Amino acid sequence: MNAWTNIKAIVKRELGAYFSSPIAYVFLVIFLLLAGFFTFTVGSFFERGEASLVSFFTWHPWLYLFLVPAIGMRLWSEERRLGTMELLLTMPITTWQAIVGKFLASWLFLALALALTFPVVITVNILGDPDNGVIVTGYVGSLLLAGSYLAVSCMTSAMTRNQVISFIVAVLILLFLILAGFTPVTDLLSRFASPRVVEVVAAFSVMTHFEGFQRGVLDARDFVFFASVMGFALFTTGVIIRSHRAG
Amino acid sequence: MIRVENLKKAFGPKLAVNEVSFSVERGEVLGFLGPNGAGKSTTMRMITGFIPPTSGKITVGEHDMLLNPLPAKRLIGYLPENAPGYADMTVQAFLSFAAELRGLRGDARKKAVSRAVDLCSLENVLYQHIDTLSKGYKHRTCLAQALIHDPDILIMDEPTDGLDPNQKHEVRNLIKRMGATKAIIFSTHILEEVEAACSRVIIIDRGRIVANGTPEELKARAANAGAVCVRVKGVSSAALAEELRRVAGAGKSEVLRDDGGDVEIRVYPESAWTNGALTANIASLAAQKKWQLEQLHTEEGRLDEVFRSITLPDTVKAG
Ligand SMILES: Nc1ncnc2c1ncn2[C@@H]1O[C@H](COP(=O)(O)OP(=O)(O)O)[C@@H](O)[C@H]1O
Ligand SMILES: [Mg+2]
Repeated sequence: MNAWTNIKAIVKRELGAYFSSPIAYVFLVIFLLLAGFFTFTVGSFFERGEASLVSFFTWHPWLYLFLVPAIGMRLWSEERRLGTMELLLTMPITTWQAIVGKFLASWLFLALALALTFPVVITVNILGDPDNGVIVTGYVGSLLLAGSYLAVSCMTSAMTRNQVISFIVAVLILLFLILAGFTPVTDLLSRFASPRVVEVVAAFSVMTHFEGFQRGVLDARDFVFFASVMGFALFTTGVIIRSHRAG
Repeated sequence: MIRVENLKKAFGPKLAVNEVSFSVERGEVLGFLGPNGAGKSTTMRMITGFIPPTSGKITVGEHDMLLNPLPAKRLIGYLPENAPGYADMTVQAFLSFAAELRGLRGDARKKAVSRAVDLCSLENVLYQHIDTLSKGYKHRTCLAQALIHDPDILIMDEPTDGLDPNQKHEVRNLIKRMGATKAIIFSTHILEEVEAACSRVIIIDRGRIVANGTPEELKARAANAGAVCVRVKGVSSAALAEELRRVAGAGKSEVLRDDGGDVEIRVYPESAWTNGALTANIASLAAQKKWQLEQLHTEEGRLDEVFRSITLPDTVKAG
């Protein structure tokens, strides 16, 4: 119970930090513009002539590739740069409470950004008769995807006091997680590797596990995958922070 | 309240803190003195639970900092070096956040914040962002954070660093005042600060404790502590030195001034500090001989001399 109040205090502070600077609003605007651009221009929403949000969700792994590390990069880098980490971790809280609090705050912020895309849901409902169940699973998958990206960014931001380095390393790791299951890459890979190998590599990709959510399929394995990525990345964040303190 | 036993910290091959042991009780103000890089901050970071020691034991209140950190941390208020703070928060929000992490809620939290604001005179900057504060205010904001839960133990790493003389004075007074009811450790490299505020001093050099005592005890370790300076007019230095040599308790002496009939001589006590007896003996001799005595005083020894003599690298001392 104490743990939860500590986490809440940290969540509140972090959310306050986002909204006390114009960066939060700039981010939201960029996010919505890009989401719209991918959906309507690149994804040819209208030309498809279907009442679905496939063209909306299908771009999320790419959309988040740069936007989520931009949100996560400051989480621990900033603490180290300012020296406030020394304050935070000498408070009567555990390291994992601080890690979870920071992660949840940023995830909530991303959830807000995602929620602000609701006009696209309204649009598709006005124009046609979509399966709203599929849209809901799409949103759930997208939120899990964002959370996984964020946990990875959280981990890279614990590595360095330099936010730019933290950003770049996160993008590289995430790029790998995308490409391992990106169709052009798996096609290329299957030319000189057995289908079994290709399958194993693709199993590590967010693309593979995000797919089902877009089609309205809820598979326990996909949940387990995203939960493991988040769990692993946050656990590693803790290890990195501990090893830094040990010197 | 704080007990540190055989504390060691290695950064790679480098021993930053080496076999440090001491304890601090309620009502004591312990000054941590040492040159830059001596290991003061590292020791404080271990006591506050920020970094784990390589070996050794830290007990805070009844709690072992390594085995049971949360109750131990609850007892401590900590002002880290350079007084960090969240740049994008207002002073008010920052203190509220600190109070919340200290488990204060609702009314208790409001009261704690306003008490800390009063104590550190932050009324004027309450709604200012921390990155816009002057260094003095930034320091006091971080100090207020350390005091927010009225801790039994206060640990401050260079609390007066970067403050102007008035602010330094205020902080020292605050330390002295709080020292009556808390256990306080603070580090500094300013010697007057130690004399002004500490009940005990530990001098640390290259990771080791090289002296531990009251400021008076340490001053007594100065080379010229207890020596008597005599200034007499109308005598020759040779004659005066000869007379002084025969005073009971007098040892070596040196001539500090010889201005044709204006002579000053420093007489060192023969053995350990003779507690003013030497001064009294010289005074009675002066009266008896009807010297034209200009000045007569016992030297107290100066902390900076002690500090220099025990913290200078051996090579420099020998040279
Ligand atoms: N995180 C660290 N990694 C490596 N060396 C360190 C680290 N922190 C401190 N040191 C070294 O330990 C020694 C003691 O440093 P410190 O405790 O900051 O000294 P002080 O506070 O007395 O000036 C210094 O030589 C410093 O370079
Ligand atoms: Mg220091």
